[in-house]
Amino acid sequence: MQFKAQVEYFGRALVEKGATDPDLVVLDADVSVSTKTGFFREAYPDRFIQVGISEQDLVGVASGLAVSGKTPVAAAFAIFIVGRAWEQVFNTVARQNLNVKIVGTHSGLSPSADGGSHQSIADIAAVRVIPYISVVVPADAPAAGCLTGEMIDRRGPVYLRLSRGATPTVYPDDVELRIGRAETIAEGSDVAVIAAGNMVHVALQAAESLRGDGVEAKVVDMHTVKPLDRSAVIESAKETGAVVTVEEHSVLGGLGGAVSEILSENYPTPLRRVGIMDRFGMSSRNYQRLLERYGLTPEAVAEAAKQVLEAKKK
Amino acid sequence: MSRRYNLPIEELRFHAQALRSLKLIDYGEPPSFKGVELTELGMFITNLTTEDEPILAGDLVQTKTGVKPLGQLLKDIRKKVLQMVAEAGSGHLGASMSIVDILAILYFMKMKHDPSNPDWTERDRLILSKGHAAPALYAVLSEAGYFPEEELATLRELDSRLHGHPDTITPGVDVNTGSLGQGLSVAVGMALAAKMDKASYRIYVVLGDGELNEGQVWEAAMTAAHHGLDNIVVIVDRNQYQLTGTTEHVMTMEPVSEKWRAFGWNVMNISGHDVYAVLDALEVCEHTKGRPHVIVAKTTKGKGVSFMEGNRFSRSVPNASQLQQALEELERD
Repeated sequence: MQFKAQVEYFGRALVEKGATDPDLVVLDADVSVSTKTGFFREAYPDRFIQVGISEQDLVGVASGLAVSGKTPVAAAFAIFIVGRAWEQVFNTVARQNLNVKIVGTHSGLSPSADGGSHQSIADIAAVRVIPYISVVVPADAPAAGCLTGEMIDRRGPVYLRLSRGATPTVYPDDVELRIGRAETIAEGSDVAVIAAGNMVHVALQAAESLRGDGVEAKVVDMHTVKPLDRSAVIESAKETGAVVTVEEHSVLGGLGGAVSEILSENYPTPLRRVGIMDRFGMSSRNYQRLLERYGLTPEAVAEAAKQVLEAKKK
Repeated sequence: MSRRYNLPIEELRFHAQALRSLKLIDYGEPPSFKGVELTELGMFITNLTTEDEPILAGDLVQTKTGVKPLGQLLKDIRKKVLQMVAEAGSGHLGASMSIVDILAILYFMKMKHDPSNPDWTERDRLILSKGHAAPALYAVLSEAGYFPEEELATLRELDSRLHGHPDTITPGVDVNTGSLGQGLSVAVGMALAAKMDKASYRIYVVLGDGELNEGQVWEAAMTAAHHGLDNIVVIVDRNQYQLTGTTEHVMTMEPVSEKWRAFGWNVMNISGHDVYAVLDALEVCEHTKGRPHVIVAKTTKGKGVSFMEGNRFSRSVPNASQLQQALEELERD
């Protein structure tokens, strides 16, 4: 298993797109060392805009660039760019359907040592309720690189959610993914595990251990939480009759919420949500230990799978 | 040119200090500069220094219905604002009336724009960041020919193109506003794009003085100055009232000009109802490079109708007899 950082692949993909797209502009709120938009600054200093530590202004300036025909990518920590600038995203970006790309790095519990102030556990829910904007949560670094390109090629507002450091890879470097189309990465007919972000890898590990117990789990990478691939969700439920969602996010309003909404109205199915149980984050020098503390582990996913299998029998 | 004194701006500036030492001119003391006022003797002497024939500019303006005296245009716009808000049954009347003169001067005497081609790439842009003054903007845009005058009566109605706050659905509106404090950031993005494209258009932004309470305004003010965006002109509608009282009662904002100056802006103070002072200040913006510009324009909320001035019609709507009385007063003046 290889570990690679999503932000590195994101930063490199920007440079690559910048070579062929002269309208691509990247904006920073003094975190380009961490978000890796510094690569773009090195390559195209004239198309890199520094606004200082001011996320509301960051989103507003990006909006003005989009109004004038540019393709702005505004990147900062997820908690701040979504949290502090939420109403700017709602009122100025999305209401005009502007071609602004909002990138939130250090999402979920990934800034583990920094603690709860820097961890973003509600951003998917917060953005998902805004009309027009897409929400993209890549599973690993290669997916982040690929979906960065997809995001830039797609007209309209997009929120791209990235993790901080190196995480286990699921895909090869040349992976091809499409925004809005879920990716089935393991087949199985007993239970469907629908995951996003880093938790796709955890879901795969859970499927592995379930197989040892004679349970065949289907694993779906739901990298686009909005617009959600409805048919993939409904088909997975029909094929297996039992669904588990996994995300490094609150169980309220994120991927689990989105899948529950679709299934409860279209194909009611026993379902368990694995995620952060309506709690704030906390500091941990070790990221893995923090994930374990919050129950974001293959064991927890396997346990949830067994619970839905029980419910399915009834 | 200074339209007020019919003199080149550079010349006025050159003579200002000398004239002041002879007490022929008065522009106040720092930090409270006032607009340059030439005394009668000063005007006489200054006239001796130029051979230019005085030209009377700006008294007549072109509207979609033909040439009008500016004074008549301003009255017509104010009447339309009153009628729109009365018809809609809600709207921010006072804040709309205070900004009529400045918007009319910008659209009819200053900005490069083409109502028959709202997307013309070379046009100057305007962001009404104090979006609650939308009725004034709509009346101006309609007079300029962006959409039929009859549409004004649909303000705030279901399916109307004239929303309660500016929306790009209205021809001539480039940016959605209404949530205070966001317009200047958008202007910064537009100004950066213009610089990247080596385009010469300007971005005008109208801010309310209450709006200056919003922190994002000052984030954007820093960014504009840091990037030397001299293609941005902010006009602060200093009408001295916000929703629940005077600006100074709600939140101390003075010294407003000193704040902008400290943020690195080229600052001017004028009366926002003095046409020539507004035109002169806008011209100064074109001659000052390397810094963004802010014109702090002292205005009267509810300007134009005696019983509406101040905060009395901040958000209230005139009844039929008040409307009649207001329209008559505007016609009489």
